[in-house]
Amino acid sequence: MGPVPTFSRRLKRELLNMQKELPAGIHIATADDLSTWEMDLEVLDQNPIYHGKTFRLRFKFGKNYPIEPPEVMFVRTADREIPMHPHVYSNGIICLDLLSTGHGWSPVQNVESVCVSIQSMLTGNTKNERPEGDSQFVMTPMRSVRDINFVYDDPTV
Amino acid sequence: MSSDDELMSDQMSDAYGDDDEDSLGELDYEEDGGEYIDEGKEEKPTKRSYEVEFKVYSDDQIRKSQQNQVEEVASILGLPGEQVAILLRHFKWQKDRLIEKYMDSGEEVLEEAGLGPSYDTPPKLETVQGFVCDICCDDEVGLDTYAMRCNHRYCVNCYRQYLESKIKDEGEATRIQCPSEGCSMIVDSKTVDLLVPVEIDKRYKELLNRTYVDDKPNLRWCPAPNCEYAVDCAIRPVQLHTIVPSVNCRCGHNFCFGCGFSEHQPCPCALVKKWLKKCEDDSETANWISANTKECPKCVSTIEKNGGCNHMTCRKCKHEFCWVCMGPWAEHGTSWYNCNRFEEKSGSEARDQQAKSRASLERYLHYYNRYANHDLSAKLDKDLYIKTEKKMTTLQSSSGMSWIEVQYLEAASKVLQQCRQTLKWTYAFAFYLERNNHTYIFEDNQKDLEMAVEHLSELFEKPTDQLSTAKNDMLDKTAYVKSRRMILLDYTAKSLAAEE
Ligand SMILES: [Zn+2]
Ligand SMILES: [Zn+2]
Ligand SMILES: [Zn+2]
Ligand SMILES: [Zn+2]
Repeated sequence: MGPVPTFSRRLKRELLNMQKELPAGIHIATADDLSTWEMDLEVLDQNPIYHGKTFRLRFKFGKNYPIEPPEVMFVRTADREIPMHPHVYSNGIICLDLLSTGHGWSPVQNVESVCVSIQSMLTGNTKNERPEGDSQFVMTPMRSVRDINFVYDDPTV
Repeated sequence: MSSDDELMSDQMSDAYGDDDEDSLGELDYEEDGGEYIDEGKEEKPTKRSYEVEFKVYSDDQIRKSQQNQVEEVASILGLPGEQVAILLRHFKWQKDRLIEKYMDSGEEVLEEAGLGPSYDTPPKLETVQGFVCDICCDDEVGLDTYAMRCNHRYCVNCYRQYLESKIKDEGEATRIQCPSEGCSMIVDSKTVDLLVPVEIDKRYKELLNRTYVDDKPNLRWCPAPNCEYAVDCAIRPVQLHTIVPSVNCRCGHNFCFGCGFSEHQPCPCALVKKWLKKCEDDSETANWISANTKECPKCVSTIEKNGGCNHMTCRKCKHEFCWVCMGPWAEHGTSWYNCNRFEEKSGSEARDQQAKSRASLERYLHYYNRYANHDLSAKLDKDLYIKTEKKMTTLQSSSGMSWIEVQYLEAASKVLQQCRQTLKWTYAFAFYLERNNHTYIFEDNQKDLEMAVEHLSELFEKPTDQLSTAKNDMLDKTAYVKSRRMILLDYTAKSLAAEE
């Protein structure tokens, strides 16, 4: 769908800035239109859980982006898997409060800052595991990612 | 955090803020409860052990009581009402605390609540040279911008969209923060007035009014859709382990003041939450049980349950059996044997882990089955009543009964549904009960209520032409069922209270 015209300028500017410069380990995979972008992510330190692997994030922008957060999830491709993390479900859905309306999202955040947050979420992780109840969660029919009311119970991750 | 937890922690934590050392203790809320509204008091004659005292207030009464408090404090502090309203909201309506603090350090209090010296200068839009909006990236010359005292400046269009989304989509009012990441400055009402269109501003004012109830631990909005009443009840979160505070809203909805869920006596809030979570987690395994159809245990033809009664008669082979345990009904007739009691298997059988987990699943299914069955039966009973009511209307002339005279049916139906609701929760409760002497008395009470309910329910399923002759029988049974429910709730309430 992509944002309304007043906000499309913002996305174009974000893209321009990211094409100029991005933090290490973050790359644009595809950004062909203003509704869906894909970003590649590497964890830079020697964290054995993620070492040598690249992960793919999909951003979907609603018409109210950036007033409302984008939908962000990991996606699986031929050479990209879903990273192991206690807040990442095996279907790629991420439980992170900054990605949900009414919790941590601020319209000043952007694709780059979200990538950086997720990258550091992985960097700091030592548990090679999925969230509790992963198998049931991935079986329930997909709702809109932003409508899932995660329980933000763990301030450490 | 789930909403329940939020409720508990919000109410238990110091409502004003964490940076305050001399927070007021629980007792200080006490005087708020009774004083502020005189009309609408609903004095209950005699209270049973399982009942709590409560009052129901309309939206209007709530508004008025806020107004009264604002006026009272305004006259004490000598400040305009509009500012006092902001101060009271900031102090979560603990007015004594506000007065005390204001007397102590008025300037500070005003500053903290966003009413500092700059308050009187109305907020205004500005154009700033070389400005780029961090939200939309607009950098047009002459762009109108806005910033609160925190100086996080955005273009007026973005600020407006942000506020609209918070107010309209998220229903926020007192907790809207500056759009900047990590800035905790709360957006004040003058900013909202300046930036959003009239209809959004109206909604904002409504939401502000509603936060009064959310801020007061002794008030709760009725959760029924479109209901505008609030209930006032003095039960505190710490008491919820031993008290199940059912309240009845004037709209007809019965709900729990503790958690806002539909009435769930005799099961305490924490167990309700635990049980629902368990049912959700185990729904795959348990789903088959709640299905509407079963096979006749004798002739294996499919039977569909279409009424609330558990006494089933196979249409094909005329075999009579119990829907819950599938045992022959003859054995239930007088004693309704151990259909409500789960027989714990002896330890020897649960030797290995697999047998243990099977036993624990069986135990859960035992209670879940009965829980789900009453849930379903309550719905079926209701459908049946609606059908019956229709028939009664058409049959009124032939039966010679006036509309008033057939009201006993509605009364019976209501009692039936309420008792099914109670029974339903007795099974969730029993699942967590530790075995002791109380358990046996509890189960006996449960069994007696089960039987009474089944008898009434059975009567309900009689053909319409027989219903009129069964009037006295139904009146008797309704009264009896009611009394059994009272006995059960009374006993559990007393044993819960004794546990403390
Ligand atoms: Zn803007
Ligand atoms: Zn700010
Ligand atoms: Zn109501
Ligand atoms: Zn409750």
